[in-house]
Amino acid sequence: MTPDLFARPEGRSSPAASGLDRRSFLGAGACGAAVPLLGPVSADAQAAAPPDIRQPLDLTLTINGRDHRLALDARTTLLDALRERIGLTGTKKGCDQGQCGACTVLLDGTRVLSCLTLAAMAEGREVTTIEGLAGPDGTLHPMQQAFVDHDAFQCGYCTPGQILSAVACVNEGHANDPAQIREYMSGNLCRCAAYPNIVAAVEQAKAEMGA
Amino acid sequence: MQPFHYRRADSLDAAAQAAGASRGSRVEAPVQFVAGGTTLLDLMKIEVMRPATVIDINPLADRYGAIDATDRGLRLGALARMAQAADDPAVRRDYPVIAQTLDLAASQQLRNMATLGGNLLQRTRCPYFRDVSWTACNKRDPGSGCAALEGVNRKHAVLGVSEACIATYPGDFAQALVALDARLEIAGPQGRREIAAADLHRLPGETPNVETQLGPGELITSILVPAGAWTRRSLYLKVRDRESYDFALASAAVALELGDDDTVREARIALGGVATVPWRARAAEDALKGRRLDEAAAEAAAEAAFADAQIREHNAYKVDLGRRTLVRALLDAARLEIRT
Ligand SMILES: Cc1cc2nc3c(=O)[nH]c(=O)nc-3n(C[C@H](O)[C@H](O)[C@H](O)COP(=O)(O)OP(=O)(O)OC[C@H]3O[C@@H](n4cnc5c(N)ncnc54)[C@H](O)[C@@H]3O)c2cc1C
Ligand code: SF4
Ligand code: FES
Ligand code: FES
Repeated sequence: MTPDLFARPEGRSSPAASGLDRRSFLGAGACGAAVPLLGPVSADAQAAAPPDIRQPLDLTLTINGRDHRLALDARTTLLDALRERIGLTGTKKGCDQGQCGACTVLLDGTRVLSCLTLAAMAEGREVTTIEGLAGPDGTLHPMQQAFVDHDAFQCGYCTPGQILSAVACVNEGHANDPAQIREYMSGNLCRCAAYPNIVAAVEQAKAEMGA
Repeated sequence: MQPFHYRRADSLDAAAQAAGASRGSRVEAPVQFVAGGTTLLDLMKIEVMRPATVIDINPLADRYGAIDATDRGLRLGALARMAQAADDPAVRRDYPVIAQTLDLAASQQLRNMATLGGNLLQRTRCPYFRDVSWTACNKRDPGSGCAALEGVNRKHAVLGVSEACIATYPGDFAQALVALDARLEIAGPQGRREIAAADLHRLPGETPNVETQLGPGELITSILVPAGAWTRRSLYLKVRDRESYDFALASAAVALELGDDDTVREARIALGGVATVPWRARAAEDALKGRRLDEAAAEAAAEAAFADAQIREHNAYKVDLGRRTLVRALLDAARLEIRT
């Protein structure tokens, strides 16, 4: 048998949760375990019994500026944590395989695919979803407004992912002309083929975002 | 997805030791590292990979995530993200072929997530490998056969194939490294070693399940690219079914050092999309050395590159496509304006 190198260091507690709301409170189980760090191999660690593989992890996720404390199976993706556990269903599941971009969110301001990110890998980072884009008074983000102005969708399923991807595209400095916008937005597929309107929306928002 | 233990690695040694407890092929080991997760989680979701423990190596990015350029060469941390390396001014200016292999790969979301080390180790997109309902796949299940040999093999390889497996190596970045004679620094349960990037991937032969010469627990920590007179006159040409966000059907990474009158002093060529591993085209390089780089010379090189191609029912077109891709890449590279 291989020695167990992963025993949870004694006395390690999970970070204190702040701003618990009803949903995340319900989501938080009593039996979560903090993610154990791999420490140096110690005799202690080798002697300890292996933890139960199905024991949920006690995680704190920061979504749109708010902390959510959750007990999650290690397999939970950030996408499923957002949709199924926190109730933020604006982020869409298209392919669930990294191919369509519908699940795009910002992680510390950078666009990533939440379907290929484990929730545990997002701990300690700032997640922004479509619900976090508008101002506190409900004023739409310039990119949201531009999508409305240009009718940059039909069914709307890809739209939250398109908008977050577009915000990042502008912030990265990759929205300088239509060809560049098309190239750097190619990770967001639109089955309704609203592409020309999406490009127009990105161009308008770019001017307004002062980028 | 099968249940697994998730652990974060806070030190290189702990990560290597923990994952090194198993034997055999790295990809079949019960302990797997996760960096960007864009290969591993994808394959875990479709149950092609079923590790019992996943060790998150992202905390090591503080030490192994930097990009440093000196006049001797480039050091790329294995945990640097693809987008980070693609946007690096020194990489773009002095090693355009590297920047282009990264820019033309995947999407910006994936490039923000994926690491350079993980990129080298991405696994084939062979549809039979990726669908566990096909029983015959020697890469997934050694000895089970190969569904692609008599199946739909339009995207499969024509170079470096065996009777056991014809799966294409899908990545782009590795071609740039192989062409530029890059080296990899590796840390593992048995200590540290350095290998040529060209030696990382193994031909499928009779053991397509082995894929690389990394053992369980071995981590790529850095990629070293030596400077050379050819790195600036370099480019990557990638031909796909669609114009963006797709894997290569054929690609060529080329780097040239030209003398007077366009005579080839050095030619470095690696091919993608057509081979089972990142493919250094030495025969094509030899065909060019000392010759003036005109269309006839480029065609002769392309001919040499594909002399040993082995085709299947649906992929014969790759020989011609691969040749033309290389010819165009060579002629475009020869015409590049290099600012000194
Ligand atoms: C839709 C889609 C399109 C894509 N298109 C392209 C494309 O056009 N061109 C292209 O090149 N790629 C493409 N990719 C592949 C993508 O680039 C790779 O999945 C990515 O680079 C892998 O890096 P990662 O950090 O996410 O690896 P991970 O998934 O985290 O790891 C992959 C494997 O490498 C191991 N590993 C990771 N880092 C290290 C290390 N430092 N040392 C040792 N082992 C390590 C892991 O254990 C795992 O087995 C595409 C992927 C998707 C999903
Ligand atoms: S080509 Fe290789 S990966 Fe594809 S089915 Fe055959 S053995 Fe499996
Ligand atoms: S749902 Fe994540 S890319 Fe399609
Ligand atoms: S608006 Fe329907 S998929 Fe894009």
